Amino acid sequence: MAREKSSKDNAQALFHSLRSAYAATPVNLKIIDLYVGFAVFTALIQVVYMATVGSFPFNSFLSGVLSCVGTAVLAVCLRIQVNKEFKDLPPERAFADFVLCNLVLHLVIMNFLG
Amino acid sequence: MAAPEISTAAVPTLYTNNALRNAFGGVLAFFILLLIGVMAFSIRLFSVIKYESVIHEFDPYFNYRVTQFLAKNGIYEFWNWFDDRTWYPLGRVIGGTVYPGLTLTAGTIWWLLNSLNIPLSVETVCVFTAPIFSAFASWATYLLTKEVKGTGAGLTAAALLAMVPSYISRSVAGSYDNEAVAIFALIFTFYLYIKTLNTGSLFYATLNSIAYFYMVCSWGGYTFIINLIPMHVLLCIVTGRFSSRLYIAYAPLVVLGTLLAALVPVVGFNAVMTSEHFASFLVFIILHVVAFAYYIKGILTPKMFKVAVTLVVSVGLAVCCAVIAVLIALVASSPTKGWSGRSLSLLDPTYASKYIPIIASVSEHQPPTWPSYFMDINVLAFLVPAGIIACFSPLSDASSFVVLYIATSVYFSGVMVRLMLVFAPAACITSGIALSQAFDVFTRSIKFQLPGISSNTEVDAAETSSATAKAQNDAVKTEKSEETSKNRPSKKSKKKEKEEKPSTKAKSEKKRLLALPLDSSVISLLLLILLGAFYVVHCVWAAAEAYSAPSIVLTSRSHDGLHVFDDFREAYAWLRHNTDVDDKVASWWDYGYQTTAMANRTVIVDNNTWNNTHIATVGTAMSSPEKAAWEIFHSLDVKYVLVVFGGLVGYPSDDINKFLWMVRIGGGVFPHIKEPDYLRDGQYRIDSQATPTMLNCLMYKLSYYRFVETDGKGYDRVRQTEIGKKYFKLTHFEEVFTTHHWMVRIYKLKPPKNRIRGKSKKSKSQKTSSTSNRAKRSGTGKKNPWH
Repeated sequence: MAREKSSKDNAQALFHSLRSAYAATPVNLKIIDLYVGFAVFTALIQVVYMATVGSFPFNSFLSGVLSCVGTAVLAVCLRIQVNKEFKDLPPERAFADFVLCNLVLHLVIMNFLG
Repeated sequence: MAAPEISTAAVPTLYTNNALRNAFGGVLAFFILLLIGVMAFSIRLFSVIKYESVIHEFDPYFNYRVTQFLAKNGIYEFWNWFDDRTWYPLGRVIGGTVYPGLTLTAGTIWWLLNSLNIPLSVETVCVFTAPIFSAFASWATYLLTKEVKGTGAGLTAAALLAMVPSYISRSVAGSYDNEAVAIFALIFTFYLYIKTLNTGSLFYATLNSIAYFYMVCSWGGYTFIINLIPMHVLLCIVTGRFSSRLYIAYAPLVVLGTLLAALVPVVGFNAVMTSEHFASFLVFIILHVVAFAYYIKGILTPKMFKVAVTLVVSVGLAVCCAVIAVLIALVASSPTKGWSGRSLSLLDPTYASKYIPIIASVSEHQPPTWPSYFMDINVLAFLVPAGIIACFSPLSDASSFVVLYIATSVYFSGVMVRLMLVFAPAACITSGIALSQAFDVFTRSIKFQLPGISSNTEVDAAETSSATAKAQNDAVKTEKSEETSKNRPSKKSKKKEKEEKPSTKAKSEKKRLLALPLDSSVISLLLLILLGAFYVVHCVWAAAEAYSAPSIVLTSRSHDGLHVFDDFREAYAWLRHNTDVDDKVASWWDYGYQTTAMANRTVIVDNNTWNNTHIATVGTAMSSPEKAAWEIFHSLDVKYVLVVFGGLVGYPSDDINKFLWMVRIGGGVFPHIKEPDYLRDGQYRIDSQATPTMLNCLMYKLSYYRFVETDGKGYDRVRQTEIGKKYFKLTHFEEVFTTHHWMVRIYKLKPPKNRIRGKSKKSKSQKTSSTSNRAKRSGTGKKNPWH
């Protein structure tokens, strides 16, 4: 009983500390996180749709899911680069790289979408 | 710190001295690179000088034919091309089964040059594509090794790669094959990956994905990249070298790379469905889990983090097990566990010989012998271990990648001789690192011990090491290599700073202690230069003598001069000029590409070997007696049969020597062909001890028809024995052409008889025709021991 209670307390304490730590992140990073979450959510919707309806045409499904995953990954890379860790990389350069990579990604998606 | 002791007056001159030396070093490095490129190009021109500007071997003829089509008809026609002149009657979808990188590259170069009004023919562009791209490959090696260890190592590695015989063998002028551009793409992709890993810049990650796309377009060996890079990421995670740069280097590559690979028609959906790519997805997931764990660790207190770990582990483990169980069930349901035959034969070297005789029969898929290692990479064979040790001091992400690359490529080169080509760049990189380090140690020892220079160098050492000390502190944290001392050493002084010791006094003292005695370092330096000279001599010899044979033209020296055997082109030209455009030619699959490219006739099987049953049909026909063979060929609409025979001149790769594969492959599909029927004491023999099945089969008859007329005894120079059955006639084939040295023999199928005398049963007509033949023969009056 004591162990259960303590584990429940632990879980609650963990949840609270996570929440407080996350609330401390700057706003622009939170926006990027929101964007990542949205992209992953879209990918999940597509997978559920494919599971119900079927996977034909497969290239459209692949390009749709991979475009969502790709933008999520690129946004995470942007978040990493904008963070305090990369001191001498100006955020404009990071954003320019992000845009370029997205351009290439979407060009390929457009081609593969069929 | 020794820095404040330097007089302020001395600092500006020293600074300008250093800048001048660096500028001079940069210019020198540029010119050395240019010379390396020129050398890489010119060492591959031996075959053009000794023979002519001609396409070599077999596979390049197919690529040449495809490039001709592309140049004539444009890219849309090429993309949708269905070739009906090969694999008759099946045809081949060229657009979907060929790796387009090489042909598109050569086609682009041809189009560019022609639009600039430089009228080079397609053949010239095809012949010289490989040397040009080998120059690019050596520059890419310079860039890659510079990222790992610095400029000196980069230049050495580039010089080694320009000359290494293994690479020369597949990229000589005229060898217009996929590896010519694929090796450049491989090294360039690895360079961009290491560059992204070192800098953490998303721009280089994008370039990396595009270079990977070019590699997928060029060669089936791209699976090596998409498995090696995940292995390296896993290694970095496990050894505690995870950083955000690793995430930026790997995650965009997986997503973009998979999409780009799926764009190439040959790969298509295999990019997500075959086991060769699963490693990348698995490591992608692992990387995300690890990255998330690090992030959580960063924002929580350690106590909370422990709680989080226990919670996650208990829940996550159950979910993980379920997912893995589903995956394993999916993969295990396919008989080959999702791997393709070629990849399986790499992982299990005995797989091909047990299940797929075609893959086992290709000579370049055999394991290499020990002498071939020394022939192909020469001196590098014992510089490689030294380089591996040099990579460990210090161990960085890039050098761990090089160690992993060389370990895996050594294993694969041991499985298949063809993959020595992937091992060669790794060997050059590690040997370059080793040689450069050795040179560094020796020249530094000499420098510290030569009187008169030592005082200046001490001040120099103090000043530069103090300047680098500040840079070191940043470099240790962020490891951005552009502005640190890695690029600063000039080639003239051959002085390279190591990134360990920030204290200058301790550094100069340690350098003093590390200095070897003067005479031994001078002698060692001379010996190293001698080693390099041996390497150069061997490479030039290998390029000139061993790897420059076009194999479509053969030469031999005898007491009365040089003999040229141009029989292959003679036969193809005869076919081109003396047969109808729609005639079908049957031969063993080795000659398919050459026949379609040079003779422009439809063939039954060619070097693509994608259809085992079709090849087995031709093999069965070659191993059957004349009538059965005629039936098989007639059902395939074949008009001419082409046989390569080397018995008169001693050419060892003729069809009789390849006959065992015809029997094995044919017997694998058609059980009435049994290999023991052709063997006497476990050997294939064609002399008087040969089995009757062997003496009656089509291959024997077509090779040795009228052979006894050459020297009266029928002595076969390759098998070195007289043939068993010397006098016989052909009933269903007629000889239409034999080349000058009897190397290629062309036969025509006799048309089926118009009228059948007597009853119309098949066996009766056989008997009447054979008896009428026999009557004709005995009527000549000569006594001949006909069969």
